Amino acid sequence: MTTETTDNTENTVNIIKLTAAEIAAEIAAGELTAVQVTEAHLARIEAVDEKVHAFLHVDREGALAQARAVDEKVERGEKLGPLAGVPLALKDIFTTEGVPTTVGSKILEGWIPPYDATLVKKLKAADVVILGKTNMDEFAMGSSTENSAYGPTGNPWDLTRIPGGSGGGSSASLAAYEAPLAIGTDTGGSIRQPAAVTGTVGVKPTYGGVSRFGMVAFSSSLDQGGPCARTVLDAALLHEAIAGHDPLDSTSIDAPVPPVVEAARNGSVRGMRVGVVKQFRGEGYQAGVVQRFDESVELLKSLGAEVVELDCPTFDLALSAYYLIAPSECSSNLARFDAMRYGLRVGDDGTHSAEEVTALTREAGFGPEVKRRIMLGTYALSSGYYDAYYGSAQKVRTLITREFEAAFEKVDVIVSPTTPTTAFPIGERADDPMAMYLADLCTIPTNLAGNAAMSLPCGLAPEDGLPVGLQIIAPAMKDDRLYKVGAAVEAAFVEKWGHPLLEEAPSL
Amino acid sequence: MTATTTPELLSYEDALATYDPVMGLEVHVELGTKTKMFCGCSTELKQDANSQTCPTCLGLPGALPVVNETGVESAVKIGLALNCSIAEWCRFARKNYFYPDMPKNFQTSQYDEPIAFDGYLDVQLEDGEVFRVEIERAHMEEDTGKSTHVGGATGRIHGAQHSLLDYNRAGIPLIEIVTKPIVGAGERAPEVAKAYVAELREVIRALGVSEARMEQGQMRCDVNLSLMPKGSEKFGTRSETKNVNSLRSVERAARFEIQRHAAVLSSGGSIVQETRHFHEDEGTTTSGRVKEEAEDYRYFPEPDLVPVAPPREWVEQLRAGLPELPLAQRNRLIAEWGISAHDMQSIRNAGAIAPIVATIEAGADAASARKWWMGELARSANEQGVDLAALPITPVQVARVSELVAKGDLNDKLARQVIDGVLKGEGTPDEVVDKRGLKVVSDEGALSAAVDEAIAGNAGIVAKIQSGKVAAAGALVGAVMKATRGQADAARVKELILEKLGVSEG
Repeated sequence: MTTETTDNTENTVNIIKLTAAEIAAEIAAGELTAVQVTEAHLARIEAVDEKVHAFLHVDREGALAQARAVDEKVERGEKLGPLAGVPLALKDIFTTEGVPTTVGSKILEGWIPPYDATLVKKLKAADVVILGKTNMDEFAMGSSTENSAYGPTGNPWDLTRIPGGSGGGSSASLAAYEAPLAIGTDTGGSIRQPAAVTGTVGVKPTYGGVSRFGMVAFSSSLDQGGPCARTVLDAALLHEAIAGHDPLDSTSIDAPVPPVVEAARNGSVRGMRVGVVKQFRGEGYQAGVVQRFDESVELLKSLGAEVVELDCPTFDLALSAYYLIAPSECSSNLARFDAMRYGLRVGDDGTHSAEEVTALTREAGFGPEVKRRIMLGTYALSSGYYDAYYGSAQKVRTLITREFEAAFEKVDVIVSPTTPTTAFPIGERADDPMAMYLADLCTIPTNLAGNAAMSLPCGLAPEDGLPVGLQIIAPAMKDDRLYKVGAAVEAAFVEKWGHPLLEEAPSL
Repeated sequence: MTATTTPELLSYEDALATYDPVMGLEVHVELGTKTKMFCGCSTELKQDANSQTCPTCLGLPGALPVVNETGVESAVKIGLALNCSIAEWCRFARKNYFYPDMPKNFQTSQYDEPIAFDGYLDVQLEDGEVFRVEIERAHMEEDTGKSTHVGGATGRIHGAQHSLLDYNRAGIPLIEIVTKPIVGAGERAPEVAKAYVAELREVIRALGVSEARMEQGQMRCDVNLSLMPKGSEKFGTRSETKNVNSLRSVERAARFEIQRHAAVLSSGGSIVQETRHFHEDEGTTTSGRVKEEAEDYRYFPEPDLVPVAPPREWVEQLRAGLPELPLAQRNRLIAEWGISAHDMQSIRNAGAIAPIVATIEAGADAASARKWWMGELARSANEQGVDLAALPITPVQVARVSELVAKGDLNDKLARQVIDGVLKGEGTPDEVVDKRGLKVVSDEGALSAAVDEAIAGNAGIVAKIQSGKVAAAGALVGAVMKATRGQADAARVKELILEKLGVSEG
């Protein structure tokens, strides 16, 4: 094999720049072994993660064991899946049997789940190599990964800036070439916003498209796991591997997975009607972001799409509705962290009652943002306030869903900036929750309606040289449209730029 | 802990002379499904602590519930049997509160969208009168785990040294059945409460959805009670007596609370809205938790479960497949068996309806099936302090005994010995007959010889008989029976004696 004769460092660099599709092809062809690929990525993590801090836990032994199993399959001539041997960074919100799962919180420090999430089972069945668990805002509450109880993650484009959140670890691992694939979860934008600010691709599938069993709940009716990658095709391959009906998740959709890989291989917007929503611009939008977005719309036109202006006034209410629904559900979902069965236990010294142990543990174990949302949600669900808060928010949600349905009568997909600004400096919004919440202005309506959406790079903002994300939104269970449009846009941009956007990131 | 001073009571008669009781009964029934309500764990509880658990019923992070279809089916059947409307679409809701034996710190229940609502149950009182109890709703929910508080005086969490938690029960399906306020029962209110729970238990058993054994906690009753001055229509403040776990206790708890409320009210006091604990031994209640304000459970629709929408055709299939319900069955049997309502009530109170029906189905005639179950077997059950159904004899075996009597192979005395043998574990009726050698002597030759012997040995009695005192033949019959160890047909023996002595019965 050629790799054996190549210089090791150079070899590592070559391997880590490969896409998932390329890695899988090389392993299947015997050009690379899964162990080589895994070792290259583990070496990369070793080299750069001290700076990036994308990972909370690296499962070196587990990853190498999985890789060896793939290589044995190759030796035995077994047929491999399309992602066999490809390394992946897993958001630390999915339970992994025997591997710590913290959800970025102190309250679960030291907890070793006794079971694998359905998504993890699917990844293992697909012979994807799980490198470790990535950093995140505690319980996925945040837009910067600064709310992690284990310290922030740096944006590989500029380590003093946030990598987005809550899935900042997953996106940063991709941008830092620590992994070619990652898994995120998206409750209000936690896949798409990190993808946008790190110059990577992230997809929030249709709600119910990917099983939530084993995904630690933040807001059950909004949470959705999904794929993160550096290319649209890689995201599609991963999407296909993790999607599908799960009898253990009542809310999972019992229907065939949309043909996402086929769509990603046949990118085109010709003849498609693309909606541009009036509400997704204006005050708070960075000039460079708007500029790149407008260029993207022009690009879509030039590729043969018809652009339609849309007015969706209820979208302006989305943020408010979201910050009632998500905290309400979280106040209930997080009640189970009471020190009785697992995780942190504070005050268990024989002098405190069970109630006090629960209170002391929650006081010590939850960070300020989590506490803020538990309190908001507890209040919003209280009798006498329910109708005014939770009840009204659910009505807004219904209106937003209807507005999307009406919009999708007129257009095939909707496009917008993914996030109003590029990556902001770590610490800048830490004390201003409202400013932080605005990062999800464009992504939240999709979660409320349960639609599918993607973010992919559309250039660098001229004023700061940081990546800007283009969001594509499709109707529920039409996830394939994201990939059809995304692949076309990606190809056109790469042709225009001469290389993938991430090539312009400074080396770490 | 709360002081347990015995409250003042007003005499029952005085209480009822001034006040009208209003009751509300909430009954929880554990369904007899194989698996729990939201996961695949077994509902079998005879296992080590925490052996019947999984990520879902332990509430582990990430785990999700899936609705047990059989649980829904049972709920619909109960709703139909209680003459309820069945929701076309309903959701589960989360009832949020913290308690260590509740794994998620919310109970998955139903709130304003119960699966069944607006029904009624006709319940029969001791004297046969039928009282209609209106049903507000029946809804599905899950049970909690079980806490054992060690080291405290009361067995409650306060004052305990430590607590043990067993989550085997967590997630067992429950149906909660709530009545509308029961008004107009007057002095019979406690009896109505008992009769309601009894009728409901029989309905649940007839549906086959639960064994509803109150002593095992499969059926638990909360008795809500308030008084209002006679003639008033405004309900008073209620007390909620929790976990009253036998029919007798339901009646006693209601009665006690009527007397207690009346004493408080008639002395110018006011009733505190609170939960109360019932004490089986004394038949009293004591204060539990005071509800200063309505508890805020922060109910909201359970986002992890999709709505339950029972298809109408399915509901109609279930309706068509409902068994005959207990009250209708009793009325039918009264007619079929030609017995009085009072006799039926005795049979019902003895728990003998099902065994008798099964014995008849196994071939026995109704009269003898009743005779054995209400006689010999009821006595035996009573002596042992067990339910009739718990006796180690099957209706098929009772039917066989009855058949042997009908054929003349056994007389009643021998039959009782056969039953005794079966209850003592000596085998089937036929095996007991063989082992104990119990058989009516039907061999005329042997019987004739025994009669001859008795006539020869009792000249004095023979003379009496021949002089017209036919009744004296009883002594000779006794002698023959003794000689044949009871295995002769006494009637035939008497016939033979009179025949041989040339005396007619007159």
